[in-house]
Amino acid sequence: MSEEKKLIVNGKRLDGRALDELREMEARAGVIPRAEGSGYFRLGNTIAVAAVYGPRQLHPKHLTDPLRAYVRCRYNMAPFSTKDRVRPGPSRRSIEISKVIKEALQAVIFVDEFPKAGIEIFIEILQADASTRCVGLNAASIALADAGIPMRDLIASCSAGKVDGEIVLDIAGDEDCEGEVDLPIAYIPRENKIYLLQMDGLITKEELKKAIDMAIKGCKIIYEKQKEALKKKYEEFEVN
Amino acid sequence: MLTEIDVEYVRKMVEEGKREDGRGFEEFRPLKIEMGYVKNAEGSAMVTLGETKVLVGVKMEIGEPFPDTPNEGVLIVNAELGPIASPEFESGPPDEDAIELARVVDRGIREAKVIDLEKLCIEPGEKVWMICIDIHVLNDCGNLIDASSLGAVAALLNTHIPKLKEDGTIDRGTVDRKLELSGIPIACTIHKIGSKMILDPTMKEEEAVDGRLTITTVNGMICAMQKGGKCGFTPEEVFKAIDISLKKGEEIRKKYFQRDVNEE
Amino acid sequence: MESKLLVEERKIVVPGETLAKGIDYLPGFGTYKENGEIRSKILGLVKLKDHIVSVVPLSGVYIPMKGDGVIGIVSDVQIASWIVDINSPYMGFLPLSEATNEFVDLTKFDITEYFDVGDVVYLKVNKVTKRKDVQLTVKDRMCRKLYGGNIIRITPAKVPRLIGRGGSMIEMIKKKTGCHIIVGQNGLVWIKGDKETLAAKAVLMVERESHTEGLTDRISEMLDREAKKEGGKDE
Repeated sequence: MSEEKKLIVNGKRLDGRALDELREMEARAGVIPRAEGSGYFRLGNTIAVAAVYGPRQLHPKHLTDPLRAYVRCRYNMAPFSTKDRVRPGPSRRSIEISKVIKEALQAVIFVDEFPKAGIEIFIEILQADASTRCVGLNAASIALADAGIPMRDLIASCSAGKVDGEIVLDIAGDEDCEGEVDLPIAYIPRENKIYLLQMDGLITKEELKKAIDMAIKGCKIIYEKQKEALKKKYEEFEVN
Repeated sequence: MLTEIDVEYVRKMVEEGKREDGRGFEEFRPLKIEMGYVKNAEGSAMVTLGETKVLVGVKMEIGEPFPDTPNEGVLIVNAELGPIASPEFESGPPDEDAIELARVVDRGIREAKVIDLEKLCIEPGEKVWMICIDIHVLNDCGNLIDASSLGAVAALLNTHIPKLKEDGTIDRGTVDRKLELSGIPIACTIHKIGSKMILDPTMKEEEAVDGRLTITTVNGMICAMQKGGKCGFTPEEVFKAIDISLKKGEEIRKKYFQRDVNEE
Repeated sequence: MESKLLVEERKIVVPGETLAKGIDYLPGFGTYKENGEIRSKILGLVKLKDHIVSVVPLSGVYIPMKGDGVIGIVSDVQIASWIVDINSPYMGFLPLSEATNEFVDLTKFDITEYFDVGDVVYLKVNKVTKRKDVQLTVKDRMCRKLYGGNIIRITPAKVPRLIGRGGSMIEMIKKKTGCHIIVGQNGLVWIKGDKETLAAKAVLMVERESHTEGLTDRISEMLDREAKKEGGKDE
């Protein structure tokens, strides 16, 4: 009989955070000079880097849309990013994650301005400690803006969950495998709209409302961080 | 071949509160579920939802458990969107749509925790029963996720576990016991067209859909959600969709899945 | 809604940032209007002129516009036309009729005599359709094949800064380095002369510091400094 591990003790989580606290964040723009645009985002121990190529000529040609740009997204985990090595190459999980991230980003890009072209987004998870798709999307959003691609807004992503019966913000570490519910979302604060939403685990309607509201609060904080990273790239520049 | 004109027509109708076939926004097309359709499968169901046809088969196989759950049986869901079902589908390995469909149906069943996987253990760490659910879409006329999910649950409800021979191999055709489910998860996908939300779109309506939210409910709770498509949902729209799904799930459960299930 | 301007000139803004509200302001390049608010579409610098609020991009690929002078590299030759790489998601098309006014007997003449694959050419964009088909021409005063020299690529968004108001920046660099320089709107810059390396250094410096103030003076100082160094060495 396995012992039930307590994930919340005296209102604090295993890493010392309060229930509604985000992990430490770091955001940067322009980390991959070769790409049109790039972004870096870190949430606790989860690190993602994203690069955007395009708009550029699209291959294979049969995918070209005469009316708008075709957006492609590849979410990939580096083999050394997790505790047990991940086999290189796409998996069913990474294909699904690529799809939901692409759909969220497609919603904000002004694709009509680039008929027949392709916009390609590559997300690499360098270190995985839960909420990887959120961190990846945050990096991708920065990368798209860095690339000068016209967008309606930046898009921020963060997760909420249920752990030891409590609703918490930003799932990390053991909370991912031992927790009861995982809810990643992507959100645009100005529009008050959700563009990515997935949930697994058993939860009541009331708990779900609380979790979504909490995740939205987290997204608002992350949105400001993304904005800061983009502006910093130019404001920080020292004139010699 | 659907065109801009068709999409505009659907949008206009929905904006005015109407649907081409006269249904209400929360009404499903005629639904037929035939259990035990395939004799060689341990469980199966043919779902006909309007003109959409999905056949789901369950095969009980023996395999190794996952290393982090040595005492639990395994659940696998796969989906085929083969060229037989639509001029849009190509033959080949599952593409992102097929993978998403399989994983959404999988999570709806897995996270509902209605199957006691520990009861499927034969030899801890060595041998367990694997429930292999295969979704075969035969005709795509809209709303594949809901139809496939209904098919998977219906197939599980008439799945039996075969006896094992002396040498440990499966004695096909025999029945050791029925697979027990402690609840009936129902997936309901809310589709957004403009500012309105509808259920069970036809193929034509699906072209006009801006975004969708699949919500799976079981025993009064929500166990899985997946948003797809390009448009955004406000938190209020998400909560409204949850209410619709809870209500519809109960309705379908009462009408099609009585607890003492028919064993045709 | 009361009209209000929320940003000042040269402020760095990100996509989605609200720049102005109300009917007194008009959306310019790099912006879009929604619910009575003008917002930025891109990462860039705010530019205000009269009542038009625009955002000048700091990055982005080259999208061809009619009238642009571009430096292209011929990538394919067909019977009566050329396909030219103009550093854009969209290839340029140069028909024979836009290369010469003379009658060409195609049964005897091979048009590679004019331009062949790999040639570097300064061309003008004649026409861009709604679906981004790009037609080029060399029948303009400045257009010609470019021989020798060095080609640098910069971010197309920085080209206006490199040219400067009324050509002030580029003319200054040409004068102080004594080089021929042709700047393509598509981000390709052709340099030929004795001080090619110095001119290239100046061009890249403009690209890097394009969003800062007092750039023209700094470039001028740098060029004078380097020229003195060269002068010192020769002694």
